[in-house]
Formats: sequence, structure tokens, C-alpha cells
Amino acid sequence: MRKVYLDHSATTPVRSEVAQVVTEYYTNIFGNPSSVHSFGREARKGIENAREQVANLINGKPEEIIFTSGGTEADNMAIIGSALANKNKGKHIITTAIEHHAVLDSCKYLEKEGFKVTYLPVDSEGMIDLETLKANITEETILITIMHVNNEVGTILPIKEVGAIAKERGILFHVDAVQSYGKLPIDVNEMNIDMLSASGHKIYGVKGVGCLYLRRGVKLHPIMFGGAQERKRRPGTENVPGIVGFGLASELAGQEMEMENQRLTVLRDKLITGILENIPCTQLNGHRTQRLPGNVNISFEFIEGESLLLMLDLKGIAASSGSACTSGSLDPSHVLMAMGLCHEIAHGSLRLTLGRDNTEEDIDYVLEVLPEIVERLRAMSPLYNNRDKHRNHREECSICTLRK
Amino acid sequence: MLYLDNSATTKTHPEVIKVMADVMENYFGNPSSLHQKGLEAEKLLSKSREVVARSLGVLPQEIIFTSGGTEGDNLALKGIALAYQNRGKHIITTKIEHPAIINSCAQLEELGFEVTYLDVDELGLVNPQDVEKNIKNETILISVMHVNNEVGSIQPLAQIGEIIKNYPKIFFHVDAVQGFGKAPLELKEWNIDLATISGHKIHGPKGIGALYVKKGLNLFPLFTGGGQENNVRSGTENLPAIVGFAKACQIAREIFVDDSKKMRLYKEKCLEILKKDFPQIIINGPKDEKSSPYILNISVPKLQGEILLHALEEEEVYVSTGSACSSKKDILSPVLSAMKIDKEIMQGSIRVSFSYGVTEKDIEEFLDALARALKRLGKRG
Repeated sequence: MRKVYLDHSATTPVRSEVAQVVTEYYTNIFGNPSSVHSFGREARKGIENAREQVANLINGKPEEIIFTSGGTEADNMAIIGSALANKNKGKHIITTAIEHHAVLDSCKYLEKEGFKVTYLPVDSEGMIDLETLKANITEETILITIMHVNNEVGTILPIKEVGAIAKERGILFHVDAVQSYGKLPIDVNEMNIDMLSASGHKIYGVKGVGCLYLRRGVKLHPIMFGGAQERKRRPGTENVPGIVGFGLASELAGQEMEMENQRLTVLRDKLITGILENIPCTQLNGHRTQRLPGNVNISFEFIEGESLLLMLDLKGIAASSGSACTSGSLDPSHVLMAMGLCHEIAHGSLRLTLGRDNTEEDIDYVLEVLPEIVERLRAMSPLYNNRDKHRNHREECSICTLRK
Repeated sequence: MLYLDNSATTKTHPEVIKVMADVMENYFGNPSSLHQKGLEAEKLLSKSREVVARSLGVLPQEIIFTSGGTEGDNLALKGIALAYQNRGKHIITTKIEHPAIINSCAQLEELGFEVTYLDVDELGLVNPQDVEKNIKNETILISVMHVNNEVGSIQPLAQIGEIIKNYPKIFFHVDAVQGFGKAPLELKEWNIDLATISGHKIHGPKGIGALYVKKGLNLFPLFTGGGQENNVRSGTENLPAIVGFAKACQIAREIFVDDSKKMRLYKEKCLEILKKDFPQIIINGPKDEKSSPYILNISVPKLQGEILLHALEEEEVYVSTGSACSSKKDILSPVLSAMKIDKEIMQGSIRVSFSYGVTEKDIEEFLDALARALKRLGKRG
């Protein structure tokens, strides 16, 4: 059976160049970078080279890169760390309603610590409004944290514009770039970003490694304590092979970004059009144009996303209904709800995220099997069979954006 | 070439590398995903958790995977302190703990906790009676390391656990990063509630470790987010490293008993030769079964440890001065200071750390290299 992996926003396979260098480091360059002997020095060289590779990709300086255990740690460090370090200046934070849980839960923690957090609403395409952002800034605002690309619907948020506003008002700006790093151009200077979180395993690097870009001069209250690694900002023996692999994955992603994005955009649009045109009662979630090249998110009316996933899985297609982290939960996606979808449409969403191993044949295969699966599932649904009656009922549902 | 800095980090075992390469290539799914790739990954994750649990003699649900020893220590201390602060705000630890413990305690002091740092004797051992003497009504946590990372002293955890047993409201945490797989560790028997272990100290991968947390305990998380690891440790699980770590635990479990017995004999022989042929050398830490057979800390008075380290490096023997985490700082070792060792001797200290597979011949080679290095430095006694 054909195997098609379409869950690249959850995680990506490790690319062979990365696997090779990681294995090489595990085998031969195993020293502790803090050791003063040659084993330590060699390992240190690998880390510093990776630091340059990462810095280059976002136009930062190598000394502004702190390696972490991944995106979650970087988000926690940036948000909790900068809020605690700046609480004497004010205790207000602005974020959006559609952030990853690593950001949302860090904000929730700060609320318990007496901070006030504004969760900016988004429109039906997952976009924030810059005027609303401006209107919510107060004298007390010390931090704006906004994701670059939404992990579920792929909407690209106006980071550069937010950065300009933050700079003008003298407010720290953190960007959760876990879904965009290595996939979209990022320039921390041009975009006025003070802190940025990135992860290795979303760009064909290894799991368990990521980084926080921390602009020189920005103070953080550390969340972990121990040795003096990473200029005393992140203790713990460095994950040398993981970091070296992350550096290489970053460099390669930068080299291939433009070509790969062109290719993925064509495949993505073919997939979106093919589904919307051939399967009735479907809608695209997220922005039409300001969208990550590899992201497709579609709601199928009268279908449970999870049963769709299982059927696709039986056909060798790996997909998701939203973010992987929340896949065990029965709650509807907070992102789709914030975009104004009603529960049942949100439950029928399917996320297909494309990557470098996908070909046009993969897309053709999905377009071949998906309509049959949807038809079969709908045939079992009493709601679908009474859909006209049901639809009438739903038009009264005031928050739902579907076909309005 | 002789790598004798295994307390800083160890060479990854070839079998560990093999399983990790396989996971990277074939099991790259996110364990939280519902599709086949995710389920395969989830299955491997649970299997690895079972293996790690078995190597510690605990239940799989009592294992939380972390990014390493530092995170494990931070999570244990702050996790317990913040979750149980309504019971009291007093913590007992020792003066010879790793910076991950000492600095986490310092942070807790800033948050209003009181921390007692216990003294050690001249061999680097904590006296269990001191633990009991310092217990108060407000004490919620006692954290004592298993094997000291600089001098190899094995702390009397069984006796301390016996004392803590009489105080059911006090939790007992053990930083077992240097001891796990290298010295006996009986978590259940010794009444230990939390224990930190690390992958790269036992020939597993870097960037991975685990925290044992006794069933029923609550921890306040260090990071929040996707809710992985039972909501205690968010972040996509580092599966290749977890599987590699499990492999390393399994290997350690198979060879530890025999290897440590063998190593004990080698170390005894080594100490004999040092005493006989190197009368100027001072041994720091216990010389008997109260020290790890894998760690040897020696001083040559009036000789800077770093100079000896580089002289040995010229002989292709790689050792360290104290712990790697503090090796670049000019400050004196807090561990040796706590042992009240003369400043002159302290500055001359080097740590030689062994691991599985070190042979008697390696020890001889080390002693030969040491003799040559000292001769060149004009310190041959």
C-alpha cells in the first residue's frame, strides 16, 4: 500500500544528512563541551558552528542563540522569563487566542502570578487585527507574544507589522516561530523581534532540541538553574549531536526554502482545490493567501475528524485533526473555535501538512481515496441524511462562519 | 588514547547509536499523533518507559522523561516545593550537591523557602544523624545526592531513607546522575520518593534523562504546554533519545554488577600503587567501599590541577579538574571546600573517572602516563 505522510506540522522525518552528522557525533565527537581537553573542545566547536548556522537563518548574532530542549521550553523561557524579569515595569501581556498551548499555558501561569493577559481575537481566517492590538496596549504592557504561523490552520500572522508597533511603544516582542522557522524568511532585525522560539524536529532535524533567539540586552529570569552552560542562560550538558543536527537542518532549510516553497504551494493548492471541488459540504479553514505553503486544513460537515483520520490511516495516509499535542483531547480546537466555527464543524476538521518527501503522486492518491472515504462516513451519518433540515437549524447558530 | 573523563560524559554505546539511527529513520512520528506513525512511536515510548522503570525497580507510570539531569533536578525540587509549600517551606540538602541542586535551592530561597545545607566530613560523606537533627515541622523535602560527582563518595542513602521513613510528610529526592548504573541504588527499599538520572553518563545519548516520581505525588511543572508526560513535562517527546536511553539502561543493568566488582579491584590496586610509587599524591574522598569504583580524585600539592591535566593530555590521557560544569571557572571546588581540604591540595586536584569496559591495562597505562607527566613537570616524588 502507498504510504503518504501528511503530518509534517506534528513532526518531520530526520533528513539523511542530519541523521548522518548526528550519528557521527554520537560515535566520535562525544565529549562534554564544558571539558577543557580536546574531546570537550571538539564538541564545543560543533555547537558554536551550529549556533552560527541558526543565527544566519534569522539574521541574528550567534551569541543571541540559546539552545533548548525544544520549542516548548523556549516558549516557557521567553514568556515566563521576560515577564518575571520586567514585572517592575508593568504586568500586562498581549497574545492571541490561537497560540500553541506552550504559549497559552505560560500566560495562564503568569495570570496566577498576578499578570494580566489580553488574548487578541482573530477573524474567520485566523488573522489578527493590528488596530485591535494597538487599542489593547497600555502603559502596563511589557510583552507581546504572537505566533508567526498558526500550527493548525497555517495562517501567517503580520509579524513585521506587530514588530514595528512593539518597537514604537518600547514593548518586548516574542515570536513563537516553531511552525515557520526554516520554512518562511525571518529577519529578527527587520521584524523587530526580541525573542523567537524555534524547534529542530519540525525542519527535519532531531527531536529534543530547539532554540531561543534572545536579543542582546534583553533580560530573562531563568526557569532552570544549574551549570554555567549557554552563557549561564540555560544549564545542563549540551545535547551536542542534537544541536549539530539542528544547525545543519537550519542551514539546509535556508538553502532550499525558496524552491521548496514554490513546489509545496503548487501541491497545496492542487490538494485544496481538488478537495473543495470534488467533495461537497467542505470549507477551507485559515487564510487563502497568507498561508504556510505546506498547510491544508479543511472541515468536512457531518463527519467526525477522528473517524476520518482512522479511515485515511487504513489507506496509508497519515494526517491529523489539528495539533498533535491535543489529539487525545475531546475538546474542539481552540484555534477553530476562536475563528468562529461551531463545535460540529470544528470537530470535522482535517489537517494535511506537506513536506519535502511529498510528491504530486501523493496528492493524486489523496484526491483519489478521500472522496470515497468521506462518502462512506457520511452515508452512516443521520445528520447528513437529514442535512437540509439540519442546515436550516444551523443557520440560526450565530457564531458559525460556515457559508455565511 | 585513554578517555578517563566518564563523569563528565561517556562515549555513546554502539548499540545505543544503532537503535537511535533506526528510530530516526523509521519511527519518526509524533507519539501524540493518532495515525500509524504516531501509534508506532507511542508504542516505542511506552516500551522504553517500561525498560527504564525496570532498571530502577519502579513502575512505568513513575517515570517522567526529561531533557537531562539538570531538568530532572530542577523539576524535582521546584516541583515538590511549589506543590507542597502549604505544608511548610523548609528544605534540607548538602553542601556537595551538583549546581543544578544548589542553584535550584538558591532560587527557592528567593521565593521564601529556607534551605539547610548539611556539612560533610573530610571524606565527603554526609552524616545521617545530621539529617535527622535538622528536620523541623516545616521540612517538606530532603535532597541528597547518590554519588558525588567530584570525589565519588557514596552517600548513606539507605540510612537517610530509614530516618525519613518516620516522617511521612517529608519527601526524599536523590540526584542519582553519577550513581545510577555505577553504584547500588534501591529506590523502593531506601524509601526514596524522587530520583534524577541522566542518559549521557551511562553511555546513552545527551539531551535525555528521567525523573522517578513515586506514584501519587504531585509536581508543579517547570514547563507547560501540550501536556505530555502526564501534564508534568510538556514538549514533543524526544523519542530517538528515549529509546537510546532505554537501551543504555538495559545494558547498564546487564553489566553493572560484574563490571563494578571488577572495577573495585582495579581501583584498589591503583590506590596501592599510588601509595607505594607516588607518595606525594593525596587521595581525595573515601578509599574504601564508600567511594565509587568509577571515580578517583587525586591531588599533587603545589601543582595546579590544570597543569597536570594538560600534561596528561600530552600523553593522550584525558581527565578533568572537578566537575565539567564548573571546569572553566576559577573558583575553588565547593565540594573540596566542604571537605575542608587545604587550599593548596584543592588547587592540585584532578578527577579520573572510569566506566564500563575500562581494563586493568588501561589503569596501568594511566599510571605510567601519570609518572611520565609528573617527571616532566619535575614533581616525581
